[in-house]
Amino acid sequence: MATSKKSGGSAKKPAKKAAAKKPAAKKAAVKKTSAKKAASKKAAPKKVAVKKAAPVKAAPAGVAVGEPHPGAQEPRRRDFINIAAVSFAGVGAATVVIPLVSQMSASADVLALSSIEVDVSAIEPGQSIKTVWRKQPIFIRNLTDKEIAEANDVDVSSLRDPQTLEERTQPGKENWLITLGVCTHLGCVPLGAAAGEIKGEYGGYFCPCHGSQFDTAARIRKGPAPTNLEVPEEITFKSDTIVQIG
Amino acid sequence: MSFPWANQYKPKNPVMQWVDERLPLPRLVYNATGAGYPVPRNLNYFWNFGVLSGAALVIQIITGIVLAMHYYASVDGAFNSVEHIMRNVNSGWLIRYAHMNGASFFFIVVYIHIFRGLFYGSYKAPREMAWLLGVVIYLLMMATGFMGYVLPWGQMSYWGAQVITGFFSAIPIVGEPLRQWLLGGFAPDQATLSRFFSLHYLLPFVIAGVIILHIWSIHIPGSSNPTGVSVKGEEDTVPFHPYYTAKDGFGLGVFLIFFVIMAFFLPNAMGHPDNYIQANPLSTPAHIVPEWYYLPFYAILKAFTVDFAIPFTGIVIMPAKLMGVLALFGSILLLFFLPWLDTSPVRSGHYRPLFRKFFWFGLIPTVLVLGVCGAMPAEPMWVMLSQIASAYYFAHFLIILPIVSRIEKPLPLPGSITEAVTGKPLKAATA
Ligand code: HEM
Ligand code: FES
Repeated sequence: MATSKKSGGSAKKPAKKAAAKKPAAKKAAVKKTSAKKAASKKAAPKKVAVKKAAPVKAAPAGVAVGEPHPGAQEPRRRDFINIAAVSFAGVGAATVVIPLVSQMSASADVLALSSIEVDVSAIEPGQSIKTVWRKQPIFIRNLTDKEIAEANDVDVSSLRDPQTLEERTQPGKENWLITLGVCTHLGCVPLGAAAGEIKGEYGGYFCPCHGSQFDTAARIRKGPAPTNLEVPEEITFKSDTIVQIG
Repeated sequence: MSFPWANQYKPKNPVMQWVDERLPLPRLVYNATGAGYPVPRNLNYFWNFGVLSGAALVIQIITGIVLAMHYYASVDGAFNSVEHIMRNVNSGWLIRYAHMNGASFFFIVVYIHIFRGLFYGSYKAPREMAWLLGVVIYLLMMATGFMGYVLPWGQMSYWGAQVITGFFSAIPIVGEPLRQWLLGGFAPDQATLSRFFSLHYLLPFVIAGVIILHIWSIHIPGSSNPTGVSVKGEEDTVPFHPYYTAKDGFGLGVFLIFFVIMAFFLPNAMGHPDNYIQANPLSTPAHIVPEWYYLPFYAILKAFTVDFAIPFTGIVIMPAKLMGVLALFGSILLLFFLPWLDTSPVRSGHYRPLFRKFFWFGLIPTVLVLGVCGAMPAEPMWVMLSQIASAYYFAHFLIILPIVSRIEKPLPLPGSITEAVTGKPLKAATA
């Protein structure tokens, strides 16, 4: 059963192809079809069919639609139409992908929540609060003098992500350490901001997920996190007690 | 496509004849999983797990569609809608527990199915395509399971989504924008939940499609068997129906017994209690763990704690985070190359004395140890253990298997499947 199917198939295909192309070489086409018919009548149809099909298959790719005419290299008017039509469809398809991809990015309402004002007057030195900015936790910490000294004692060049405390705070407000409460490893909220939470080996924050340790300037000191806790780019002290983030 | 001695489909019933002439679907089924598919006569129970995987998928699709009728994909409503299903919807608790435990059982049977393939060398020629498609199915399953776990919007849902999408931020430059694109915001939120629900509904049907290709690709050479010796004659095979439909039916019964025991009596044993606390974006649970079936990979992720740097210069070539994420993906993608890493012509581990030792005393304990480490907090002892186990995992596939294939002297193979079973040589072979 399998054998008869195969030979039948391969004998039909070239015949169809030949019939499909029109004026260029009608004679050749007719010859081919008849040759095929003759072949399939013979005793060993499979072998012959394959042999005859071979030259058609071997023809250069550009003429797959037509017959293997000798001047295959010359561009034809139909090639132009093919390329133009396929390119047009391709550009169209690519254009449709743009909205399909961009619909997944943050929508306008998500981007709109991007600025908050916080009253920090109630935060005593050594205390910190958690608040929310762009749906992400923010730590606002009032550092003690000891914590500031500890942060400044570190040899900055020895750090994984070298930064001084000064670079991470606002001028004249070195005690206010404002960072995202999002571990730069895989995004957990580190411990150490709320009362009673462990602050880790370096007295700053400790991420319980995979053990990243941050110091009193929220710089990464140990564990898998690649960078320091992020300091939001736009922090402005509106007054001594009101800070605007974003 | 099949062996020449396969039974032919000859419907006697005129209705079936009428259908067969117009749409030969019964013929397709007959040839694929009926009396028209000759299967080696010596398959053991490890060969049940493909069908069991398919059964698990059917359970997930049916229970999932019912859950979706009552579930509500909103950050305010999702958690409550799940409680509503548990308390108010008639038989809702049963449907939900079946879906929860069904996911675990799906992974249990697929893991056995994969390790069956690893031991019996099912991934070798001519079945590489079945293996490759299998790994694709596995990846799709992991994605589906992850997104499903986010839907109840409990603490583990939320923080799992945060941590796993965080993987992408490890990629240099495009990582963070990519993560925000996946989440549809800066942190998991409504946009994330809605898209995860949409995809969680879609992917199982994609899996079903890939399974059809997977089975198609196995049916070309036919199933392998515990000896790994190819089928040589009619005597080596029996028709799938009734022989393996019966054996698979029995296996399915046993599987369902275990399944209902868990679903009825220990429904939360394989879950995490923290997921019964509603998601709180401001507080991470003390200890985030993924579902048990991802634990070995989670351990590999956590094993990378030190940057890859040029010593004493401080120049970091690759940060620890990126290495962890690459290793995690690498540990799965590695399986795509397995057919070309293990070059031994002998398929079955039964006839490979050295391979077998590394399989039972190397790979299996390593994966189990990784599973335990994945569940443990990031304490030095566990981190070190996961580092050793991760190193072995990669070495097993990338170094040990290629070397073993080269130096091992396999045991003599039986002349045929029939000879292995009856002790007498195959008639066709002697004739
Ligand atoms: C949804 C998941 C899956 C389903 C429903 C499924 C289904 C099946 C079925 C019905 C068979 C034939 C019966 C058998 O040998 O057990 C099979 C064989 C096979 N599967 Fe899967 N499979 C799944 C996942 C996988 C995965 C994840 C892998 C590997 C990574 C895999 C690798 C293989 C291989 C190599 C075979 C050929 C085995 C042989 O004949 O020796 N499959 N599968
Ligand atoms: S998320 Fe903080 S250490 Fe991994």
